[in-house]
Amino acid sequence: MFEGLQRVWETFFNLDLIGQTLPTLLRVGLPNTLLLAVLASVIGVVVGVVIAAGLMSSKVAVRLPCRMYVDVLRGLPHILTVYLVGQGLPLAGITLFGESTYGYAALAIGLLEGAYMAEIFRAGFQSVEKGQTEAARGLGLSHLETLRFVVFPTGARRVLPPLTGQFILVIKGTALVYLLGLTAGQREMFAIAQDTAIVNASLSPLVAAGLLFLAITVPLTYAVNAWERRLRDGRKDAPTGSATDSATDSATDMDRALAHQGTG
Amino acid sequence: MTTQTTSQAPTTHGTPVTFDHVNKRFGRTRVLHDICLEVPGGQTTCVVGPSGSGKSTLLRCTNRLEEPDEGRVLLGDTDVTDRSADIDAVRARIGMVFQTFNLFPYRTALDNITLALRRVRKLPADEAAERARTHLASVGLAGLEHRRPGQLSGGQQQRVAIARALAMEPEVMLFDEATSALDPELVKGVLSIMRDLAGQGMTMIVVTHEMRFAQEAAGQVVFLDHGRLIEKAAPDKFFGAPESPRLQAFLSAVT
Ligand SMILES: Nc1ncnc2c1ncn2[C@@H]1O[C@H](COP(=O)(O)OP(=O)(O)O)[C@@H](O)[C@H]1O
Ligand SMILES: [Mg+2]
Repeated sequence: MFEGLQRVWETFFNLDLIGQTLPTLLRVGLPNTLLLAVLASVIGVVVGVVIAAGLMSSKVAVRLPCRMYVDVLRGLPHILTVYLVGQGLPLAGITLFGESTYGYAALAIGLLEGAYMAEIFRAGFQSVEKGQTEAARGLGLSHLETLRFVVFPTGARRVLPPLTGQFILVIKGTALVYLLGLTAGQREMFAIAQDTAIVNASLSPLVAAGLLFLAITVPLTYAVNAWERRLRDGRKDAPTGSATDSATDSATDMDRALAHQGTG
Repeated sequence: MTTQTTSQAPTTHGTPVTFDHVNKRFGRTRVLHDICLEVPGGQTTCVVGPSGSGKSTLLRCTNRLEEPDEGRVLLGDTDVTDRSADIDAVRARIGMVFQTFNLFPYRTALDNITLALRRVRKLPADEAAERARTHLASVGLAGLEHRRPGQLSGGQQQRVAIARALAMEPEVMLFDEATSALDPELVKGVLSIMRDLAGQGMTMIVVTHEMRFAQEAAGQVVFLDHGRLIEKAAPDKFFGAPESPRLQAFLSAVT
C-alpha cells in the first residue's frame, strides 16, 4: 500500500528530478514557449485580419477562399497542420526560414491561429451596430472615417478579450512543435520536459512543465474573464464618477494615436 | 399682427425638401409608391402612419441612408439622389435623430459631438469642444460632458444625439420616432426640445406617434399607409376633419 503510493509519488512528483529540470525549463523552455507564442500570435493576427476582411467582403470570389481557409484549418487536427506546414514546407523545398525549425514552427501555429483569429475579428467587427455606422455616415463622415473612428474603436474593444483568450490557447499550442524536432537551445517547455522524462523514466519533468504552463495560463484566463465581464456589464452599472471616466476614456487617446499615424 | 409675422417668418428662410415621385423597393416588396411631397423650409412636417408603412424609409431617403429606385429628393436646390453629388457634404447639411439614439458607446457625450465637428467641419479641437459644450448645455446636459452613453438615461442619451446633430448646424433635422424607445417620463423633455426647435424655424421632418406633438408643432401632417402618401393637411384639418377612411380608422385607433 505504502509502496504503491510511493511509486505514484515518484512517477509524478520526484522532487529531485523536478528540481533538476526547472532551471532549464525556466532558462530555455519558458522564453522559447513565450517567444513562439508571440511569433505565432503576430502571424495569426496578421493572417486573421486579412482573412476577416475577406470574410466580410461583398465579393464571393474573395469571400469563398477565405471561408475555405477558415473551415479547413479549424476542421483539421492541429497536429496534422503542424506536420504538414512545419515538415512539409522544407521537404517541398519551400525553405523560407532555411534550416530553422523554429521559423516553420511559428508559421505552422500562426497559420492555424489565423483561422481562429479571423473568426474573432469578423464576429467582433460585425457586432458593431448598424446604427453606429448610420449615425456616423449621417453626420457626413466618409466610409473610411466611419471605419476608423467609429467601427474600429468599438470593434477593437470587443475583439481584445477573445483575442487574449486565443493567445492562451497559442501558449498551450506551442507544445505541438515538439513534433518538428527542435535543437537543444530552441526547445520550448514541453520538449525539454518530455526529453528529460524519457531519459529518467519518470513523468515528473512533465509535471514541472505543466505547473509552469498553469502558472501562465490560469491567471491569464481569469484576467480575460474579468475583462470580458467588465466589458459586458460595464455599460449598465459603470460608476458615474468623473475620475473613472477620464481614466478609462481612451477613445480619444486612440484617435490621437491613429491621427498621428495618419499624418505621419 | 404678431401671429401673422410668426407664421410668415419661418417660411421665408430655411431649406425646403422636395420628394419628387420617389419609389423604393426592398426586393419584391414595394415600400414607397411614387411619393411626392413638399417640405417647406422653416416648418415642421410630421409623418404618421402604421408600422411598416414606409415612414423610416422615406426619412432615410432624405439623406440617402436609403437610395430611392426612382425619383428625386431635393435639399434646397441640391439633388440628393444625384449619384455624382458629394453625399458626405449633403449629409453634413442634414441632422438625423434615431429611435435608438445610436451614440458611439466608447465616446463621452462631448466626444460624440466633437467627432464630426472635427472630421467633417474641420474645427480645431478647442473650438469643437466649446461648441459641443454649448449644445449640451442647450439640451440641459451641462456638467454631463464626460459621461459615456452607458452612464446616461435614455432621455439624456437622446438629448446628446440631438445636440450632436444640432452642433453641425444643419439646415434640416430628421427625427425617426425619437421618443418611441423612451420611458414615458422621459418623453416630455425630448419633445420640448423638439418643440423649441420647431419654434425657431428649423426645417424638420418628424416621424412620430405623438399626435399631440404633431397637432401643436407641425405646419403640415402627412399620412403614409402601405408606402403611399394618403393624406396631407394642416394639423387642424388633418386631425379635425380627416378625409380618407384609412386615416380616419388610423386616428381612431391611436387616439
Ligand atoms: N433594409 C430593409 N430590407 C428589407 N425590407 C425592409 C428594409 N427596411 C425596411 N423594410 C421593409 O419596408 C417596409 C417599410 O419599413 P419602414 O420604412 O421601416 O416602415 P415604418 O418606419 O413606417 O415602420 C416594411 O415592410 C419593412 O419590413
Ligand atoms: Mg420606422
